[in-house]
Amino acid sequence: MTTEEKPRSQKKGSKNPEYDFKWCPGCGDFGVRRALEQAVEMYLMETEEPIENTVVIAGIGCSGNMVHLLEGPQPYGFHGLHGRTLPVSLGVKMARSDLNVIVVAGDGDFLSIGMEHIAPQAQRNLNVCAVVMDNAVYGLTKGQGSPTAHEGMITSSTPYGKPEDGLNALRLYLTLGVSFVASTVSSKIKELAKLIRDGMNYPGFAVVHVQSPCTVYNDTYEQLKGNVKKGIEPLAWGIDERHDPSDLEAAHAVINKGGVPMGVIYRAPERVPFDVRIVEMAARAKQKTVQDMMNSYTL
Amino acid sequence: MVRFAGEGGQGFLSAAVGFASANTRAGYHAQTFATFPSQITGGPTWMQARISTSPVLSRGDDLDVLVVFSEDAYNTHKDDVRDKGLILYDSDKLQLEDGDRSLGIPFDKLGRATGNPRAANMVMMGALAQLVGMPQDILEDFVKSRWGNTDRYGDQIVPQNIQALMLGRSAFESNITLGDLEPPIKPDYEQIFVNGNEAIALGAVASGLQFYVGYPISPATSILIWMEENLVGKGRFAYQVSSEIEAITAVIGASYSGVKAMSATAGPGFSLMGEGLGLAWMAEIPLVIADVQRGGPATGLPTKTEQSDLLSALNPAHGDVQMPVIAPGTVEECFYATVAAFNWAERYQGPVILLSEHSLSEGQQNIPKPNLSELEVENRDVYSGEDGYHRYEPSDLSPMPLPGRPGSYVANGSEHDGMGDTTHLPNRHIQMTERRFGKLKLLDDGTYESEGVESSVALMPWGASKGSAKEAYLRLIEIGEDLAWYYTMYLSPLPPRMLSELRQKELVLVPELNYLGQFSGVLRSQGVRAESITQYTGLPFKVSDLVTRISDRLASGRKRNTDI
Repeated sequence: MTTEEKPRSQKKGSKNPEYDFKWCPGCGDFGVRRALEQAVEMYLMETEEPIENTVVIAGIGCSGNMVHLLEGPQPYGFHGLHGRTLPVSLGVKMARSDLNVIVVAGDGDFLSIGMEHIAPQAQRNLNVCAVVMDNAVYGLTKGQGSPTAHEGMITSSTPYGKPEDGLNALRLYLTLGVSFVASTVSSKIKELAKLIRDGMNYPGFAVVHVQSPCTVYNDTYEQLKGNVKKGIEPLAWGIDERHDPSDLEAAHAVINKGGVPMGVIYRAPERVPFDVRIVEMAARAKQKTVQDMMNSYTL
Repeated sequence: MVRFAGEGGQGFLSAAVGFASANTRAGYHAQTFATFPSQITGGPTWMQARISTSPVLSRGDDLDVLVVFSEDAYNTHKDDVRDKGLILYDSDKLQLEDGDRSLGIPFDKLGRATGNPRAANMVMMGALAQLVGMPQDILEDFVKSRWGNTDRYGDQIVPQNIQALMLGRSAFESNITLGDLEPPIKPDYEQIFVNGNEAIALGAVASGLQFYVGYPISPATSILIWMEENLVGKGRFAYQVSSEIEAITAVIGASYSGVKAMSATAGPGFSLMGEGLGLAWMAEIPLVIADVQRGGPATGLPTKTEQSDLLSALNPAHGDVQMPVIAPGTVEECFYATVAAFNWAERYQGPVILLSEHSLSEGQQNIPKPNLSELEVENRDVYSGEDGYHRYEPSDLSPMPLPGRPGSYVANGSEHDGMGDTTHLPNRHIQMTERRFGKLKLLDDGTYESEGVESSVALMPWGASKGSAKEAYLRLIEIGEDLAWYYTMYLSPLPPRMLSELRQKELVLVPELNYLGQFSGVLRSQGVRAESITQYTGLPFKVSDLVTRISDRLASGRKRNTDI
């Protein structure tokens, strides 16, 4: 057993020799990691908070390894259960509203087994930022189709083509009432970093949905970027600067154009975040000490 | 002992609780027990109160008075009335032939005559008081304290209720009586009148609970309601989440961030929490989950009592896990078991299961008021050093870093190395597995009761079967049986000294409310010659049944010995 491990909170480039997980070469998650590191750096500069005030909560899958692979100043990490990133973040944020809480999850984690948790956080407007890495497959278990895989897609679990429709995740977020919805691709690192930073700064529930291709099971780089020679139209397109993200109908219109819009799609104005709602609710309640509570049962 | 039986919604539940409460205020001891169907109103419901001059151990077997409000209720319960016991019936609802031992009273009609349409329960209480020769001032004190100062219509309600009590008293000829209740021996200590769920809630806040989330489920819901009402204010959070899965994972997130957190549920919800409990064990997150047992499996018997979640409580998660389990046996123990559960969780930095039961959750009882200033409350060892900390490195317990302070790590549900990074190395899995199990040694301070320890046969109930078993034990000793008594609420890990004493016994009899004989199986796996006395009716043991079954078993044991 080695004791020469990387001390956490060290500068980038250090390695933990015991930790042997690797993303495959070209994995979109590398770009997401770099963007997340930059977003956290920006956040620390802007807020002057120490890194230990930031908590990154990961699910299970390739994306879940983000918390171990982050370089630079080390935030607190949580690598929990498949599908349960959001309720863990609910516990962290409502116990400690002073913390900056980031969720990282894959499309299988967030949109299949964990989908039941999106709606409640949207209704609460829980003040966390979720970064969803979408590659339409379960990579770590060798390429099964996920909800975002399109109809007819051949994967290891759909040998004759996926029989059901692909999920439009962005439309789902808007429908469920997520307050801040952004979308981009993992190769646009600077833009993604800014979107994550904006999501962190947004006082409410933010989802940054990133197309993060799996080079082994669903390599979509070419489709996202397009290829003029092959006549492939790019799936990804930049949202017009004139788009008003506070306009829910306009946000739906962006999504209805199809493909992968890049930028902030929706940003609900003036929605009170959950931790503030709870403080306001508590102000209406009678404050009791433990002794008060006990005394109310005295014979 | 008096039982009220009829349809839900007839208002007699408040009569039973009110009667018990009035008596405890006067210095008597009381215990109530209720059972009702899983529907909003109506359905066969009954509630009983047992009143005594000494502390009440169990709900009691035979009725002194049965008050019935329907033909069905009369037919169901009439055989539980003791010889020379009385039946009062609501003559608005059914007709019986009035005789020496049964008597019709139009509770509703008399109640309404006071001008208060909800005074029928006061008529019942008045009639009962007359039967047992209870002085009127005890009841009037209760009415005045209950409605006098707190209710905005108190000016009207108090005189109406007192009138209703008098109408109840004079509703029948005074030659029918049960004899006078002995005068109370008023305890010289302060008391509270609570049910098991209230005692758990009080124990939790007394332990410093700051974060409670839960999902409605019988019979644990009242803890959620209590928390939402009381656990509010700065740094406190009580909230109804969207499922038990959300509840357990939110509790984990909260405790990871440094606050004491809990949830309460019942069997079905507890099953959903299994994976999360494994995570808490693996990532070493202190928390308390109360499982208020009901009849299982699946939806089972949501409003009946059973002790059938023990094996789930010990092993709720997949993989190598041994969950600490504390099971209170009385309403008073519900309070102290909760405090102990938080202390254990904080001390060994992991999940603790508080295993309660439906019969405790609904049973009201007078108990000594816990002294908050004397309560020992433990808090987790928090890391206060610099960055570069290896949170999981030592082979045993290590201080826990909290977000917002230096010492960041990854709390990891995958097998991990010292700093929480995922690993697959065999040596690490050995080290970390042994670290997690090794911490259980910190929980060897569980206390236990023992009596007659020189006997080679012992009676050892667990949970809420304690009360009936204790009464049965005392009766058996009285008739000369040679029997030891053992009891602990610390079911896992068991107090080591108690375990070694039990291993010396020829036979340990375990009364428990399940088919499998779950606790005796656990004891046998630890080298104790244990055998269960089981019951799976959805109701607690009757003392007389236990006396018979234990006597029979002892007799058959003696016979076997002489045969050899």
